[in-house]
Amino acid sequence: MPDDVKSADIKEFKYVGKRNPRPDGVDKVTGRAKYGADLLLPGMLYGRVLRSPHAHAKIISIDASEALKLAGVKAVVTRDDFKDLPKAQPPFGPMIHDAADVTRNIIAREKALYDGHAVAAVAATSEAIAKKALKLIKVEYEVLPHVIDPVDAMKDDAPILHEDQFTVGVEPKPSKPSNVFRVMKAEKGDVEKGFAEADIIIDREFKTAAVHQGYIEPHACVANASEDGSAELWCSTQGQFNFRAVCATVLGMPVGKLKVTSSEIGGGFGGKLPVYGEPLAIRLSQKAHRPVKMVMTRDEVFRSTGPTSGSHVRIKIGAKNDGRIVAAEGVLTYQAGAFKGAGLAAAIGCMFSEYDLENIRIVGYDVCVNRPKVAAYRAPGVPMAAFGVEGVINEIATKLSIDPVDIRLKNAAKQGTVNVSGIKYGPIGFIQMLEAVKAHPHYNAPLGKNQGRGFAAGYWMHAGGMSCATLNVQDDGTVNLLEGNPDIGGSRASMAAMVAEELGIPYDKVRVTIADTASLGFTLFTAGSRVTYATGMAVVEAARNAIKVCCDRAAAAWGVTPDQVKWEEGHAKPASANVGDFAPMSLSELAKKAPMMGGPIAGHAEINATGQGPAIGAHLVDVETDPETGFVKLLRYTVFQDVGCAISPDYVEGQMQGGAVQGLGWALNEEYVYNAKGQLQNAGFLDYRMPVASDVPMIDTVMIEEPNPNHPYGVRGVGETPIVPPQAAVINAVENSVGLRLSELPMSPPKLLKAIEDGRLKKAAE
Amino acid sequence: MSRHHVTTTINGDNVEFLCDTEQSLLDCIRNELHMTGTKEGCGTGDCGACSIMLDGRLVCSCLALGVEAEGKEIMTIEGMAQGDELHPLQENFIKFAALQCGICTPGVLIAARALLEKNPDPTETEVRFWLAGNLCRCTGYDKIIRAVMATAAQLRATA
Amino acid sequence: MDDIRYETPTSVNAAVKLLAGAQGVAKVLNGGTDLLVQMRADVVTPTLLVDIKKIADMKVIKKEKGGWRIGASVSGAEMGEHPELSKMWPGVVEATELIGSTQVQGRATMAGNLCNASPGADSVPAMIAAGALAAIAGPNGKREIPVEQIPVSPGKTSLAKGEFVTSIYLPKRPKKSGDAYLRFIPRTEMDIAVVGCGISLTLDKSKTVIAARVALGAVAPTALLLEDAAQTIIGTKLEDAALDALAAACSAACRPIDDKRGTKEFRIKIAGVLARRVALIARDRALKN
Repeated sequence: MPDDVKSADIKEFKYVGKRNPRPDGVDKVTGRAKYGADLLLPGMLYGRVLRSPHAHAKIISIDASEALKLAGVKAVVTRDDFKDLPKAQPPFGPMIHDAADVTRNIIAREKALYDGHAVAAVAATSEAIAKKALKLIKVEYEVLPHVIDPVDAMKDDAPILHEDQFTVGVEPKPSKPSNVFRVMKAEKGDVEKGFAEADIIIDREFKTAAVHQGYIEPHACVANASEDGSAELWCSTQGQFNFRAVCATVLGMPVGKLKVTSSEIGGGFGGKLPVYGEPLAIRLSQKAHRPVKMVMTRDEVFRSTGPTSGSHVRIKIGAKNDGRIVAAEGVLTYQAGAFKGAGLAAAIGCMFSEYDLENIRIVGYDVCVNRPKVAAYRAPGVPMAAFGVEGVINEIATKLSIDPVDIRLKNAAKQGTVNVSGIKYGPIGFIQMLEAVKAHPHYNAPLGKNQGRGFAAGYWMHAGGMSCATLNVQDDGTVNLLEGNPDIGGSRASMAAMVAEELGIPYDKVRVTIADTASLGFTLFTAGSRVTYATGMAVVEAARNAIKVCCDRAAAAWGVTPDQVKWEEGHAKPASANVGDFAPMSLSELAKKAPMMGGPIAGHAEINATGQGPAIGAHLVDVETDPETGFVKLLRYTVFQDVGCAISPDYVEGQMQGGAVQGLGWALNEEYVYNAKGQLQNAGFLDYRMPVASDVPMIDTVMIEEPNPNHPYGVRGVGETPIVPPQAAVINAVENSVGLRLSELPMSPPKLLKAIEDGRLKKAAE
Repeated sequence: MSRHHVTTTINGDNVEFLCDTEQSLLDCIRNELHMTGTKEGCGTGDCGACSIMLDGRLVCSCLALGVEAEGKEIMTIEGMAQGDELHPLQENFIKFAALQCGICTPGVLIAARALLEKNPDPTETEVRFWLAGNLCRCTGYDKIIRAVMATAAQLRATA
Repeated sequence: MDDIRYETPTSVNAAVKLLAGAQGVAKVLNGGTDLLVQMRADVVTPTLLVDIKKIADMKVIKKEKGGWRIGASVSGAEMGEHPELSKMWPGVVEATELIGSTQVQGRATMAGNLCNASPGADSVPAMIAAGALAAIAGPNGKREIPVEQIPVSPGKTSLAKGEFVTSIYLPKRPKKSGDAYLRFIPRTEMDIAVVGCGISLTLDKSKTVIAARVALGAVAPTALLLEDAAQTIIGTKLEDAALDALAAACSAACRPIDDKRGTKEFRIKIAGVLARRVALIARDRALKN
């Protein structure tokens, strides 16, 4: 395998950059690790949710009296158990949390807005009784016309989901309610002028289906409320602090009275950022005075939790004959689901951002439809737009007979490039990466009959934000680190490596604990590729603060000033020979003597991280298409990515591989299928069709390490980027294998076969 | 009607539990016996997270009834390590970073162990098709396949 | 609670008695890989489950009159592990082994696949092509009928109250015979057939097809036995023209629906494509024995 590409700025470390075994590994291979559904409390009840079978219906009445009479039923909650909350007013932050929407999404109020929308919940002494009780709840619906597609939802005669929603971002202010929550615009330079200068203009429309995050662990929680008004929640979440904030708001509880503990989490990919059953479980527990466990079925996960937006995307790009892009325009129409908040902001900020372009204009429509409210899904919002952008760039390259990598080299963003959001880049590794692609044996490997190669790039600006860390040095010199991010993909290993590196102690002396909300300050969720970057910065700062304590103590012991002491290889040492001849003091020595030297040694940090840098990736894929069936076989796949500095190379590669395969599913088979009544038809793994082991080849990885100067070790977030290029890369490969241009995802066999046959007919007619 | 009294063997231990007819074996293992290492991802046999060995045969425990376990031998993830010794597959899953979130891992390990007992020298394709019923959404399967292949080679070398 | 009675009879007669005497919905519990999913989804709400796996012979594969009798509870994995059966009826075995995952194979049975009466059942077109017979026990004694007479519509069988399938019989075959089954799915595994095709054929010394049975799954409410399609290849050496005719006959026989798994148009087209491919595999196998 070709080597990864390391910048000269990356140093050799003892633990950082090494393949250390993850601290939670043994627990996870022995079945000991406790996930959301694995907590059992004495006296625990089982909660189940009644869901709307209608895509859009007014709820006239809910009668739970028969259910409450069933032996074993301890509590029922409906909309009446939750206070209506005021609508938040725009502008919203990047993650919309309008409490009025959240309280309506967790349990329907005036209307059920999608098939699967929660209407009531029951707590009973067994699952079976809870399930039976649901059948005894009588809900009277008035079924309303529904709308599933965002383009249909924008039409004048479309059924309106929210009578109080007036489109934001258009002048004059509309007087009629609309399913379009907002029109977002971004502009740079002068696109008209750019298109006028272009030698070639390609203008294409693309369509992508809604896809689900597909984590294997269903949403699960155990709520335990006390009569004193406090409550504890154990749940599978990407952010226990965010869950605490949202649940407290929805339930009208003081934040400090709710303790949320994150279980081990069985995948999230953005889908475990919103709350669903958790506030219902807490309310049920308050009413029943017993712990309540609530675990979704797989059917419920598909019907009622966030897929990502399906989209209609129009991309127009103009270029000179040498391949230089002179103008780029995008129109994005995204499904938000039943409540506002499609991932438009990120899409707009990322879709053209790996390129150095002068003239850009993007317009985005955030459209409500009768589907579950979308949730973030890995680089939320970006893959759909990138699918169009990369497709058009590939088409321009073909038309101009330019190599697809060369056209990107011609337009690649570099240090100093300013993107559409006005962000000026520091050092980035896109050009090194494109050169690595060209030098890779995959790039020029021979292809057989019906085979094709595809290429595409992708961009994500990883997140920063608030993080806390506390590091306690124990009296034997072992170290406990408390941090606040659920470990979805090996982040404990990265944190432990950074702590061991800083303190100069063996990796296995560091134990990492994911803190509950009562044990640490606010830490933003595990999302947006922020954890190793932002929480990593907090962890390094906490370690350095502990080191400072150690150095101060050594200075006091030696009777020198703190600046005369340095920390090296796990020891406090005189900073130079001039300071005096003192025996170095190890961390364990200092820890052992702590009671005599000023008390416990700890370091902590509370930060709001900024300075994140671009994380760019490029994917190369070979496919073989069966021209008689439209079946696409994946033959070879290579992921290239600028990872900054790989703290845990194993888990960086894992992100690159996992993201790529999710993108492959998105490209070829995954989709939400609705019937004419707006009911989801494939709410299970059988017919939702995520990639299985035999569907994919090995996923080779090439890490480009161009350090991010704003992180102590040069980290760039890596998790999101790898889901951005695969869709365009695979479709490009399929196009090259059959000699057709394609524009719709998923490119499932019936669709591809039809395109092949239509292409054949067209050719015959010519 | 009263609940069924089931006597069975799990990881070599004799155990008894009570269950209703409709309770799946998975439900009984998790909620009656409180052994939560075996996971539920779908309840319909489509994800493999609940894989166990039932009388020496790899099955989804969500697709068997608890009452069917009467007199049978069950092996779950909790029985895979022997004392302090992890099974070589467990060792290699950590070494090769073959897990991210880890929810599919118990099922994958049980399935992979069954494969290597039947076929000590599987090809990559054979491993992929054998494990096709074990969904993993995190890893893209690459490191799982590498870990299984490496374990097979290691076991052949020490056999 | 509405209790479900669970019984484990040890004889066929006892099972028949339980099934025939049941009030409410009685179901045979065999591999359970369909039944448990249906119970969980409330598609089926039985009041009695008769687990037939403790009945002698249900788990047995035995030679009979030159063919093979496969007990109703023999799992796909057990069939695949039987070298002689796999050699004589590779198409039937491979079709059964396509049902679900390795895990599902540990429990799923051919008899269950047949009685679940799904139009997309993988083993059924292969069994039909093989001329398989289903042995049925019931209140009026035992009978044996061609497997294609069991499913009558999606989820419904021709079995009378109290009846259940006790075994499947795969007949003896002449020399130079071969069978094969292919299905189309959008992934490589874990899907329900969008189209399935089973073909069994016999050649003479000149490699001419002298007997053939062609069956399709997932293109109509039940699996289809296509005598017209078989006629297109009987008397041929599977030249291109014969294969074209076979494909056309198979496509013409389809009466599919549009659903989440595929379109009508796609199924019709794929039926022909698969038939060509299956015929050639069956021919190659026939040439080898």
